[in-house]
Amino acid sequence: MEDIFLALGLLIAVTISLSLYRAVLGPGVFNQVAAVNVIGTKVIVLLVAVGYIFDRPMFVDISLLYAILNFIATLVMSKYLERGEICSA
Amino acid sequence: MTRSKEHNVGLMLAVFAVLYIFWLLMSACINPLNGHFSPIHIIAGIICAGVVTLLSHDLLITKEGEMTLAKTFRLIAYVPWELWQIFLANFDVAYRVLHPKMPIDPRIIEFDTSLRSDFALTTLANSITLTPGTITIDIDPGKGRFLVHAIAKKPADALLVDKTMINKVAHVYMEEA
Amino acid sequence: MFSIINIIATILIAGGAFFMVTGVVGLLRFPDFYTRLHATGKCDTLGEVLVIVGCMVYQGWSFITIKLFFLMFFIFLANPVGTHAIMKAAYLTGLKPWKKGEERR
Repeated sequence: MEDIFLALGLLIAVTISLSLYRAVLGPGVFNQVAAVNVIGTKVIVLLVAVGYIFDRPMFVDISLLYAILNFIATLVMSKYLERGEICSA
Repeated sequence: MTRSKEHNVGLMLAVFAVLYIFWLLMSACINPLNGHFSPIHIIAGIICAGVVTLLSHDLLITKEGEMTLAKTFRLIAYVPWELWQIFLANFDVAYRVLHPKMPIDPRIIEFDTSLRSDFALTTLANSITLTPGTITIDIDPGKGRFLVHAIAKKPADALLVDKTMINKVAHVYMEEA
Repeated sequence: MFSIINIIATILIAGGAFFMVTGVVGLLRFPDFYTRLHATGKCDTLGEVLVIVGCMVYQGWSFITIKLFFLMFFIFLANPVGTHAIMKAAYLTGLKPWKKGEERR
């Protein structure tokens, strides 16, 4: 079963490096933000897979925290691009 | 006055209980196989849940709406249909992605609903985003107006003509469709 | 060696991996920003949820299963909201949607 998680982790790594193309070169800043959001959500699953590969279940906590951080980062970036400021006084 | 204060204390206790149960579930992983609880984690959980309850007890449960229990049951009955729709949506998008000619014809559509409450609008917006070929762009909560990006003509028609999903969400939250 | 639970978990994880790869192919292949979000917002959500459900089946009953369930619930709530937020920002700043027959960008 560890082999399957290893294959899953490698596949996610490949998909992350493919979406790096959009994150770096994507025309316009919105493509980049979308690609960064996609990479973040993939890293959540990658962390779970890494936890099973190394038999360290604590990685699930890290991925929960990472999910929340990624969500907030996406919201803040899109609000900033929408209004030109993060918090209107 | 006193009654509202008592009600407030009950609400705070409920919020505290929810937060503390959540803390116990999250911190039970000290020894993940049998769930070992150590005293320091239990006491720290009481302190943290208490502080969070004092600061922000009015955020988690805003106020008691009418017929909350019935709405919850109807929402639970709505979820399997929604999951099936999500499954269909994914095969639809996978077909469009992997087809060599990419059969897409994007358009933006706009329609009005008579839904008003925040929960109903949020549920409908998330459902639209997750179901075949449509993503919500903007909502006008005052008029219940939705601005939706559709990837082809068929999903747009499914939303504009059939109105199955709108009727289902209206049924869940007991509003007129 | 392979019990029935492992087989079910493997099938779920393989399905999730397929949908995640499809999402990335859509991200690279579709012609403009809005259609790219169609691919990522739907395929990624279901792919990740399927992988996490596969992990839950493999894990069996323990506290980690509860955490994975919360993680799945959060992805289901947060991913459409994030997609919607980026899309609204792009629409309000005036990014024009791609119409059929135009140049890809």
